[in-house]
Amino acid sequence: MNELPQQLANGLILGAMYGLIAIGYTMVYGIIQLINFAHGEIFMIGGFGALTVYLGLPSGFSLIAAIPLMIVGGVIAAVAISMAAERFAYRPLRGGPRLAPLITAIGLSLALQQAVWMWYPNATKDRSFPQFEGESFDVLGATIQRGDIFVLIVAPLCMLALGLFVSKTRAGRGMQATSQDPDTAKLMGINTDRIIVMAFAIGAAFAAVAAVAYGLKNGQIGFRMGFIMGLKAFTAAVLGGIGNIYGAMLGGVVLGIAEALATGYMSEVPGMELFGGGAWKDVWAFALLIIVLLVRPQGLLGERVSDRA
Amino acid sequence: MTALLEVEDLRVAYGKIEAVKGISFTVDAGQVVTLIGTNGAGKTTTLRTLSGLLKPLGGRILFEGKPLANIPAHKIVSLGIAHSPEGRHIFPRLTITENLLLGAYLRNDKAGIEKDVQRAYDLFPILGERRKQAAGTLSGGEQQMLAMGRALMSQPKLLMLDEPSMGLSPIMMQKIMETIVELKAAGTTILLVEQNAQAALSLADQGHVMEVGKIVLSGAGSDLLHDESVRKAYLGED
Repeated sequence: MNELPQQLANGLILGAMYGLIAIGYTMVYGIIQLINFAHGEIFMIGGFGALTVYLGLPSGFSLIAAIPLMIVGGVIAAVAISMAAERFAYRPLRGGPRLAPLITAIGLSLALQQAVWMWYPNATKDRSFPQFEGESFDVLGATIQRGDIFVLIVAPLCMLALGLFVSKTRAGRGMQATSQDPDTAKLMGINTDRIIVMAFAIGAAFAAVAAVAYGLKNGQIGFRMGFIMGLKAFTAAVLGGIGNIYGAMLGGVVLGIAEALATGYMSEVPGMELFGGGAWKDVWAFALLIIVLLVRPQGLLGERVSDRA
Repeated sequence: MTALLEVEDLRVAYGKIEAVKGISFTVDAGQVVTLIGTNGAGKTTTLRTLSGLLKPLGGRILFEGKPLANIPAHKIVSLGIAHSPEGRHIFPRLTITENLLLGAYLRNDKAGIEKDVQRAYDLFPILGERRKQAAGTLSGGEQQMLAMGRALMSQPKLLMLDEPSMGLSPIMMQKIMETIVELKAAGTTILLVEQNAQAALSLADQGHVMEVGKIVLSGAGSDLLHDESVRKAYLGED
C-alpha cells in the first residue's frame, strides 16, 4: 500500500490554507506584538462574504467565473471588519498595558461569531458552499479534488505577491522598518498608524482567500469555523517563526503535512495503534508545536538579531 | 534674519518627572550648535521633542518661523528636520541600501535619491562596499555612519545628531567628527548632542551646557572650550 503521495497532497492543501491565514497573525504580531485572536473570525467572515456574493449571482452563472467575484466579496467583508476592529477596538488601547488588546481580541472573536450566528440568514447551522462538479485529478499517484486545485494555485501566487510587495515597494520597506523599530520608522517619515492598518488589511485579505479555499474543499462554512482554523494557523505562525511572512507559509505547510502524516501513519507505529486517524490529528499538530518550541523557541525561520548598542 | 530653529522656554516631562525645565536656544542656518552635558541632563529628550517623538509640556518650537507643536513625528521630517537618534537605531535586518532608501522615504525624485545614495557611499566608502549586507552585521562605528548617511537622505535643512561618538573607538570617533566638519563646510546646519564636550565644542559655532533639564551656560564653542568651569566639569581638568 502506498498512500504517501496522497497524504502529502492532503497535507499540502491543508497547509496552504493554514499558511494563508497565518500571514495575518504574523504580520500584525510583527508590527504591534498583538496576537489578534479575532483573526480566525475574520477568516470566517471572509467565507460568508464570498457566499453572499455567490448567492446573489443569477442562476446558471458558472462557478469558475464566480470565483473571482466571490474572492472580491470575501476580501471586502474581511478587510472592512478587520480595519474597523483595528480602528475602534485596538487603536484606542495602543500604548496601554499589553493584556488589554489581547483580551479585547478574545472578546471580539466571540462577538463576531455571535453576530454572524444571529444576523446572517440561516447561519445557526452550517451553510453549504458551492462545489466544483466533475472528475478529480490524478497527480503523481495522489487524487486531488477539483476544488482543491484553487488553493494550490492561489496560495503560491499570494505569497509571491506579498514577497514582492514587502521587499520591492516603498510601503513594503516602510512595513519592515515599522516592525523592526517603530519610533525610528516615524523619524523616516513613515506614518506608522497607516502601516498598521495595512498589515491588518493584507492579513484579512489573505484570510478571505483561505476561506474560499476552505469552502470549496469542505462544501460548507459555518460561524464556528474560524476557531480551530485560526488556532491552527496561529500555531503555524509560531512554528514558522512569528513575525516572518515566509515562516508563516512554511509553518502552515509543515503543520498540514505533519497532521496528514500523523492521521495516515500513526496507527501503524507500534504501541501507537490507538492514536492514529483523524480524531487525533489536532493532538499531533500541537505536539509538534511543543517540540519545535522546545528545540527552537524562535520558530523555524525566526531569527534573533541582537542589536548592537 | 530669523533663526532656522527657535526653541523658547521648552518644557518636557515623562509622566510627572520634568526632564526639560524651560530651555531656550536658537540655531541659525549654516551653524553647528551643540548641547553638551552629563547623562540625564535632558539633551536627548530635547531632540526627541524637536522631532515629534515626545510632546512638549509647554513652550514653543519654531522651525522657519512656523510652530512645530502638534505636528506628528512622521510629518516633521518632511519639513526638513532629520534626526539621527542616540544608539543609532539602524534597521538591523534590512540592507545598508534599504536603510538609506528609508531615509528618503518621503522623496519622489528617483534620480536624486540614487545620487544621494551614491553620495552617502562617497562620504562613507565602507557602506558602499557592504551595501547588500544586513545593517545589523555592521560594527558600531559603521552603524553610526549609516545612521548619519540615512539622516542626510531626506536632504534636511537641519540635521540633528544625538551622541554620534557614543561607544566608538578613538579612531572611529575621529572619523565621525571629521565627517561632521565636512558636512559643516558643505553648509549643513547641525544640532549636535554630545557627551564628548571637547570634540563637540571644538567644532561648534554655539554651545549650550545643560544640567538637569536647564541650560546653565551658553556661548561660542571656542569660548566654552576655554571656560574654566566647563573645563572642570566636562573636560576632566582639575
